[in-house]
Amino acid sequence: MIDSPMIEVHDLTKRYPGRTAVDGITFTVGRGEVVGFLGPNGAGKSTTMRILACFLPATGGTARVAGFDVYREPDEVRRRIGYMPESNPLHLDMRVREYLKFRARLKGLGWQRSRDRVDIVLQQCGLTEVHRRITGQLSKGYRQRVGLADALVHEPDLIMLDEPTIGLDPHQIRAVRALIKELGKTTTILISTHILPEVEMTCSRVLILNQGRILAADTTENLKRKLSLDGQVIAEIAAPHEALRECWRDLPEIERWDVAPADGEWFRVALTPRNGADLRPLVFAIVRDNEWSLRELTRSRHSLEDIFIHLTRQQGKDLPGQ
Amino acid sequence: MNVILALIRRELGGYFKSLIGYVVIAAVLFLFGFSFVDMLGKLNGIPQDAPVTEQFYATVYFWVILLITAPMITMRAFALEKSTGTYESLMTAPVGDWQVVLAKFGGTLAFFALVWLPLLGCLFIIRHFTGDPATLDPRVTAGTFFGILLIGSLYMAMGCFASSLTRSQIIAAIFSFLLGVGLFVLSLRSAALSPSESGWGAVLDYTSVMRHLFDFSRGIIDTRQVVFYLTGTAFFLYLTQRVVESRRWK
Repeated sequence: MIDSPMIEVHDLTKRYPGRTAVDGITFTVGRGEVVGFLGPNGAGKSTTMRILACFLPATGGTARVAGFDVYREPDEVRRRIGYMPESNPLHLDMRVREYLKFRARLKGLGWQRSRDRVDIVLQQCGLTEVHRRITGQLSKGYRQRVGLADALVHEPDLIMLDEPTIGLDPHQIRAVRALIKELGKTTTILISTHILPEVEMTCSRVLILNQGRILAADTTENLKRKLSLDGQVIAEIAAPHEALRECWRDLPEIERWDVAPADGEWFRVALTPRNGADLRPLVFAIVRDNEWSLRELTRSRHSLEDIFIHLTRQQGKDLPGQ
Repeated sequence: MNVILALIRRELGGYFKSLIGYVVIAAVLFLFGFSFVDMLGKLNGIPQDAPVTEQFYATVYFWVILLITAPMITMRAFALEKSTGTYESLMTAPVGDWQVVLAKFGGTLAFFALVWLPLLGCLFIIRHFTGDPATLDPRVTAGTFFGILLIGSLYMAMGCFASSLTRSQIIAAIFSFLLGVGLFVLSLRSAALSPSESGWGAVLDYTSVMRHLFDFSRGIIDTRQVVFYLTGTAFFLYLTQRVVESRRWK
């Protein structure tokens, strides 16, 4: 069991009456990986997580966590996971330490051990100064950290966080992300989110989900490369319109170009390289040789957001990563 | 076992951290007061040959208290957790369905028992002021409390079942109230029929919660009645467990 991947999902399907939430997805998460589940709302992320957490049964297919089947051996699975549901439900009438101790006891930790672990996670999640406060009176950021601490308290092999930073302010998001990154060094983590930079910042690998299907599964770098979205150059040049349109025609490095009028005599030029080459020196050389003026020259680094939009738009066509 | 104890502690704590626990206790104390005054009036007039406990418990007050508080106590058991979402974090922790059901039931029953404790005080007041130890036989009192716990456990189990069906506490309370009143009305009906009349009369008599309470309050503990409450409780707990488990049915 120790050698098996942390999560093995094969042809997993979940149908609700009149709606298919998860449509035959297959993926694997290895031990020690930090994987992001990315998709728009309603893509099937939460449903997949709930199935993995043994809260919902799948309609078809199999899912194994740490080698145990989620349907047949739910107790073994639940012992090994720390799961934070989407809305991070807490008992709002309990104090922070009291709640974490209750959860630790629920997860089978002994009296002394639960005390020790609660102290550790309070420290880890920066909750030490609020440990006597009632959770219902805490700010959303602190509550989120309590949810995280709950997920960690029994030292699970796999941590699943459903939208861990939703509704937080930028400072809190940063703190939670830092915590996830820290945890990722020692534990396998599966995060679901529809916030793209989150995945880009915290995850080593990303699974893009849309309408219950996996559109792509790869590292963010590989995804960018495969889609060759990298390297588009934007330049703002003051030059005669015709000359500016003609000068790119015979250059083999450039695959596509587009010239749009900006203000006054300035034009905005967007150039796509043929094989990921850096076009900036070339553009500068052309401007210099023609004695035009240049006021902006940037090479855009496409984010996961572009990949995501790109993938979800062309769904149904031949897709990369599959 | 540790898990069940942790859960029961949480359940009991929940009553005292929200208003509901205090509201129920205050309402019950208010009705106790009425019942106490009522009984003192009776005792002041003609001499009574029935035990004090019977006059105390086998009254309409007992039924008003039981029928109203049972839904109030049990409605939150599952419905509250479902509506706040904590049900998901509970059921994804490594706890068994039976552990959850037994803990919910145990928590409600413990609170129910707690609610009835002040009544014991009333009995001691009577004993103190009558100055006659014979007014209050400890065995009769114990039998009465045992009976109250038995009846309570059936009503708590029904309430837990009602609560497990829905995420709305109001609906849970209404359903559990209907179940409880249904059982009570059956025993009113059986009081009207004589047991010998037909087979149904005997069945109704067997299930007559009112008659059972009369016996308990005289210190009579009939095994058939004990079996009736224990099987009834087990039946509703079984139904509750099935409802909890149904989430995982394919």
